[in-house]
Amino acid sequence: MAKILVKKQLSKDVFLMRLHAPLIAEERAAGQFIILQIDDDYGERIPLTIADASIDEGSITIIFQVVGKSTLQLSQMDTGDEIPTVVGPLGKPTHIEKFGTVVCVGGGIGVAPLHPIAQALKKAGNHVITIIGARNKDLIILEEEMKSIADEFILCTDDGSYGRKALVTEPLKEVCERDTKPNMVIAIGPPIMMKFCSETTRPYGVFTQVSLNTIMVDGTGMCGGCRVNVGKEVKFVCVDGPEFDGHLVDFDNMMSRLNSYKKIEQEAHSCFMEQEIKQREGLL
Amino acid sequence: MNHHTPEQLTEEAKKIIVEYLDKIDDMKPKERIKIPPQEMPSQDPIVRSSNLDEVALGYTIEQARIEAMRCLQCVKKTCVEDCPVQIDIPRFINHIAHAEFESAAAVIKEASLLPAICGRVCPQETQCQSNCAVGKALKDVDKSVAIGRLERFIADWERATGKIAIPEVKPETGKKVAIVGSGPAGLVVAADCRREGHHVTIFEAFHKLGGVLRYGIPEFRLPNDIIDKEIEVLKAMGVEFKTNFVVGRTRKLTDLIEKDGYHAIFVGTGAGLPMFMGIEGESLVGVFSANEYLTRANLMRAFDKGHADTPIYNSVNVAVLGGGNVAMDAARMAKRLGAKNVYVVYRRTEVEMPARKEEVAHAKEEGIEFYFLQNAKKIIGDENGRVKAMECLRYELGEPDQSGRRRPVVIPNSEFILDVDTVIVAIGNGSNPLISQTTPQMNVNKWGNIIVDETQKTSIDRIFAGGDIVLGAATVILAMGEGRRAAASINKMLAEEIEKEKAIIN
Repeated sequence: MAKILVKKQLSKDVFLMRLHAPLIAEERAAGQFIILQIDDDYGERIPLTIADASIDEGSITIIFQVVGKSTLQLSQMDTGDEIPTVVGPLGKPTHIEKFGTVVCVGGGIGVAPLHPIAQALKKAGNHVITIIGARNKDLIILEEEMKSIADEFILCTDDGSYGRKALVTEPLKEVCERDTKPNMVIAIGPPIMMKFCSETTRPYGVFTQVSLNTIMVDGTGMCGGCRVNVGKEVKFVCVDGPEFDGHLVDFDNMMSRLNSYKKIEQEAHSCFMEQEIKQREGLL
Repeated sequence: MNHHTPEQLTEEAKKIIVEYLDKIDDMKPKERIKIPPQEMPSQDPIVRSSNLDEVALGYTIEQARIEAMRCLQCVKKTCVEDCPVQIDIPRFINHIAHAEFESAAAVIKEASLLPAICGRVCPQETQCQSNCAVGKALKDVDKSVAIGRLERFIADWERATGKIAIPEVKPETGKKVAIVGSGPAGLVVAADCRREGHHVTIFEAFHKLGGVLRYGIPEFRLPNDIIDKEIEVLKAMGVEFKTNFVVGRTRKLTDLIEKDGYHAIFVGTGAGLPMFMGIEGESLVGVFSANEYLTRANLMRAFDKGHADTPIYNSVNVAVLGGGNVAMDAARMAKRLGAKNVYVVYRRTEVEMPARKEEVAHAKEEGIEFYFLQNAKKIIGDENGRVKAMECLRYELGEPDQSGRRRPVVIPNSEFILDVDTVIVAIGNGSNPLISQTTPQMNVNKWGNIIVDETQKTSIDRIFAGGDIVLGAATVILAMGEGRRAAASINKMLAEEIEKEKAIIN
């Protein structure tokens, strides 16, 4: 059980919650995630990266986007409510050291897991270049937080409604073309964005780390649902990851596996929405 | 196989028991051997292949007593020798023959706290029933006394009559034992350590208790209600449970000792990452490990499509690779989830299959098709990366291999295509990597299984381990056997410490 201490809406579909989870707050490190379930009998397990934590308050922060029935229901919970299952911290922590210049690229909701990593990299003495992007202005999150830790900060939107009108790969390419190449790139966001960031840096030979959010059930190394092809090997995101060398990840296969249940999930989501609408109409 | 209805079996038993009641103790072995073996009543195969209710329904009192009378009460108890927890089998069976069910339960409980589970999932034909004199005399192991069914009968009788005895707990010792994992091994350690008066906490990573009993074994073989009841007994004894707690991640294993003051730990984290075939096409959409498929269906209740939020793949033609109990469970679950055709593809023959015979028989009754001496060569996908077929190879049996089973040898150019949309891989598990990843000082073998000595102690002081994390993929009862041994070692270690502490005070 984890009580919701704070709930904030960051944009139309994006929510931030601070949860009471003292043990997780104490153990977690940048790069790790939790799994939560909003119903112990019938709920599904949702993996979410830990965006921040406070040992003093015994809290962890999660940021999530409403993408289906379960995340919609989660967004309808309120401060004071209890989430029955919150388990973690899971996955391997990000390896942090002084690499030199590190480019942190965040797309959409991916800025949430990127934030603690960028923070830790900055603290370790790296020169941090941050590029964040989203489809439009409404979907930009954590702008101030990211700006405050960045040595260089670039913001772009696909439609040009805010910042530079570009995909994140454009400024990323420019940074790679500088006289001194960055030592490392960390890209977190939708799979397609991580794929193209990896493709962008590949010709420059800049090591690019991505954080994968695959389908997952137990998240503790038992079910194998989260497997991805990395180079010639099969890796498990929950225990071998979530971070991998983007130049080795088979993104196309990962994206097709992410869509395994798309049809069933869409039906569940629209079914649930219809009921919601009916209920609300009834109330009116 | 002809399916007899439970009513038919009950009627028949009521009719024939009369003949034996007057001479329960006076029958000669020859006479006993002639008593007809009692068939397990089961749900109609057609009805059950679309529900999750338990398949085997359990003996009636008459059936149980008749079956019990078949026991020869041998002096040399091979059945007891072949039982991993050494239940005094002839003694409890004799009580059943005399309708002394409470006494029968007491005998079983001397050795096993979980008879309702063992009676259902143990591979009796390779253990207690394998060398039964009755089976030997009739030259058919399937005609051995049905010890497992009798064990289950007693456990079910106890539950139905509300006479489950809560084991006695000795006065509190002040010592704390942490158990990692609430599967069969952990539950046994909890019971045995708690009985000695130690404070026991079970840490479970999932939101529900029971480990593989819950996420792995489907309800049609082991209903959740049975697991819940067994756990209630432990709770009544004062065992503490902490769910959603991943030891290694939520708390380092050694921190349980160093920070939280536990005096001993038992690690029973169970099976780990599933093995795959290593063939082309295994990462296509529609290929699942049996672990994932069954966890979705069982623990996450995806079988209940109207209620559950966890989706499960809609399949029409399913191939299950493997020949163990997990393969049977996955195949039968796929059928229940609506698949039209389910094929079990196994590279050896039926004789070599490690699954319980009863499960194989039940699977056949339910219309599962068995493709023996065949194996997958590659899985073929459509333009969307989804499984559309599987290419297989035919095999023949050659010389025996290290396991004593005849080695399957591929027949050249025997490729053929099986039309499937789903492939479930059930060829075993590696070890769970969490503890070894987060506890570098723990000695593990090259497969990641924890290395223990004969007392189940690991390379770290005060930490013991058992079950699949030590054995690799094994059975529920073997895990329980290891748990029993580990608990005895923990209890001995703690008793010695208590003695020493007393000596210092005096």
